[in-house]
Amino acid sequence: MELNAAIPSGPIEKRWDNHRFEMKLVNPANKRKLSVIVVGSGLAGASASATMAELGYDVRCFCYHDSPRRAHSIAAQGGINAAKNYQNDGDSVFRLFYDTVKGGDFRARESNVYRLAQISVSIIDQCVAQGVPFAREYGGMLANRSFGGAQVSRTFYARGQTGQQLLLGAYQALARQIELGGVKMFPRHEMLDVILVDGRCRGIVTRDMVDGTVRSYTADAVVLATGGYSNAFYLSTNAKACNVSAAWRAHRRGAGFANPCYTQIHPTCIPQSGDYQSKLTLMSESLRNDGRIWVPKKADDNRPAAQIPEGDRDYYLERIYPSFGNLSPRDIASRRAKEVVDEGRGVGPLKNGVYLDFADAIGRLGAPAIGERYGNLFDMYERITGESPYEMPMRIYPAPHYTMGGLWVDYNLMTTIPGLFAIGEANFSDHGANRLGASALMQGLADGYFVIPYTIGNYLARGGLDPVAEDHADCKGVEQQVNDRIQRLLTASGKRTADSFHRELGRIIWDKCGMARNKAGLEEALQKIPALREEFWENVRVPGVGADLNQELERAGRVADFLEQGELMCRDALDRDESCGGHFREEHQTGEGEAARDDERFSHASVWEWTGENQAQRKNVEELTFEYVQPSQRSYK
Amino acid sequence: MNLTLHVWRQAGPNDKGRFEKYEARDISEHASFLEMLDILNEELVEKGQEPIAFEHDCREGICGSCGMVINGVPHSKQKAITSCQLHMRSFKDGDEIWIEPFRATAFPVLKDLVVDRSAFDRIIQKGGYVSVRTGNAVDANATPIPKTDADAAFDAATCIGCGACVAACPNASAMLFTSAKVSHLGLLPQGQPERYKRVEAMVAQMDQEGFGSCTNHGACQNACPKSISIEYIARMNRDLMKAKLLGSKDD
Repeated sequence: MELNAAIPSGPIEKRWDNHRFEMKLVNPANKRKLSVIVVGSGLAGASASATMAELGYDVRCFCYHDSPRRAHSIAAQGGINAAKNYQNDGDSVFRLFYDTVKGGDFRARESNVYRLAQISVSIIDQCVAQGVPFAREYGGMLANRSFGGAQVSRTFYARGQTGQQLLLGAYQALARQIELGGVKMFPRHEMLDVILVDGRCRGIVTRDMVDGTVRSYTADAVVLATGGYSNAFYLSTNAKACNVSAAWRAHRRGAGFANPCYTQIHPTCIPQSGDYQSKLTLMSESLRNDGRIWVPKKADDNRPAAQIPEGDRDYYLERIYPSFGNLSPRDIASRRAKEVVDEGRGVGPLKNGVYLDFADAIGRLGAPAIGERYGNLFDMYERITGESPYEMPMRIYPAPHYTMGGLWVDYNLMTTIPGLFAIGEANFSDHGANRLGASALMQGLADGYFVIPYTIGNYLARGGLDPVAEDHADCKGVEQQVNDRIQRLLTASGKRTADSFHRELGRIIWDKCGMARNKAGLEEALQKIPALREEFWENVRVPGVGADLNQELERAGRVADFLEQGELMCRDALDRDESCGGHFREEHQTGEGEAARDDERFSHASVWEWTGENQAQRKNVEELTFEYVQPSQRSYK
Repeated sequence: MNLTLHVWRQAGPNDKGRFEKYEARDISEHASFLEMLDILNEELVEKGQEPIAFEHDCREGICGSCGMVINGVPHSKQKAITSCQLHMRSFKDGDEIWIEPFRATAFPVLKDLVVDRSAFDRIIQKGGYVSVRTGNAVDANATPIPKTDADAAFDAATCIGCGACVAACPNASAMLFTSAKVSHLGLLPQGQPERYKRVEAMVAQMDQEGFGSCTNHGACQNACPKSISIEYIARMNRDLMKAKLLGSKDD
């Protein structure tokens, strides 16, 4: 597998401008003749589809929801970063670039991150022009707030629904292009494979989720905007339908999968309440501004929180990190919570949480002031748990939230398959081993509005793309494989539901490849997952038929892919014999229990290459060089 | 707790459909309503029966996928929640629960509790946007927007497109949905150039989709999980009237 990152030369601040100038252009009359398929309609997919249609390309966009507006970007709460420096607090493109590279624990590609920081300012302009109702000050100017990992206020927000408002902006731009005929939308269509002709990606095979029709769609290029794989853990903050299948199917056809072990575990989520639990709910990071995190000093202290005197409480973040305290970064706050729960000091009926206590803040400022800041979050918490955070501390625990790993892409966001691109959370490029808050929305929209519309033109302009008919032998071949797999699922006639396998897989990955990992545990997971996969294919039960709306069939297909991808996560975690960002190998920590990188051996992206069914993937390496930010040990004491 | 469920089962758009009775056993009061259905569905699958089809995704009240009529009320009789935010502690042991799809001519049933809400997308496609191409924007702070206008626009923009307003309305009207988007954009300076053309086109599409008229019942705002006010309907009617008087020009 050849990995040419295609990074432009010259000083970093000029690279994107120079590259744009050097790219080949397609004349407007010819754009109409060039077709692009976009899979996914979240921030990245919707913005890319709309913008490419504006440019004149013939775009088809596919999503598995009933409407493109439902993509999981909609659930993002906090905000979106941009180096506008509207607060005059010293922000700049270089500072956003620096914070992001450092926050990623020096495992991201500098050139991509710099471009992201440059583009960030245009995103805010674009969204405001679309009518996105960002929060404003009384003077009518845009408001900002601070987020973790930064010392400036550069986060733009729309109450606690920033993702919703940004997605609706992109969805509306997409709707406009559908009306104008620039985009043909295919809702309720699930992509089940990609089609390669002469080594280039030329289309996809989809299943119509209403009547079950499996068929091919061909194009001159394909863009995957299909999100991340946190649901490999089964329980995560992702929506239920989020899955890795599109990326995984592309991987099996030759797309390198980079850094699958880089997963982000968000520290403040509502803990699991029972085995029936179907997903976890995030509580915004902003709560840590006023909430104090603690657990009892003694294990198995069953007294209610209010009856535990100050002297018997351990405010462990304040104790270990006196200067950052409760506002320590996500990866560190998560690991420390795990530590105290593992010691038996967890709280709640299942002893699986830590307290986030607002009593001091309420005493100091009064309940109304706290209600004004966090009222909607308190209500949301009470709706789920039945407990009021005004009266007793919240219980929180870390949960899988975002995946930094994904399909390997070059500077042009093209995967190792020519003609196949990956944007948004589906690619690996910008966040290294840990993503900073409010940077996911930024990246999705940067890729979709401002990067792929240029870089795809450069690919298409080079030509050599003869039309591929939808009944081409290569299309029919892939369709046959997709149909065979569906039949195999329907005829397994076993005894267990797809979800029961998914829960079991999630438990293995959470235990062995979650917040802390070690060699023995990962080796154990690499034994267990293939065995579970084997049982799945013999013992899964999928009722109904293929030619119908069949949600069990959809689910089973996705679980089957997680059973392969989850194994790769563990293999990558075992191979990366260092700690960095969200990847914490217990064997590699500093004397103070922090992640210890090994830049000598692991300053690279690990790019895994599919070698065949039930065979270990081959590792390839993209070396990372740091010309502008010197790698150092992160400290938050 | 143990519950008796009467669930609408319908194989497809052309099937007549009927209620079927199920027993849900040993349900935790901490489980969500959809988790209760998950448990029932897993039992059905293990028995080789077809599970109940229902839509859901984020399970935290923002994506707008879920939607069912629970004991006669869209998203249940609890205020300002989606079906996924309903928890079993709202019920007691031995309760009977009736579960139906959102019903409206413009929302045909696809299967069981799944309905086709694509009419909403087609209404937005007729003008629920600001016509601005990527890369054309001026600096975001070039146009100050009074906070009160921005807040009012935001309140309208919180619509999640679930369709509860339509299901709750005795006329199956989509006025609350349509007026929320018309108002969100009509309250902002960016939305002014297309303001009157937008309202006419969106209302025309709404009528064409087969949604009914508004007769001021107000059931829509009671069912709305985001508590969007019917004041926006009044606002849309004013804009529509003005558009007609002005002869639908963009001014």
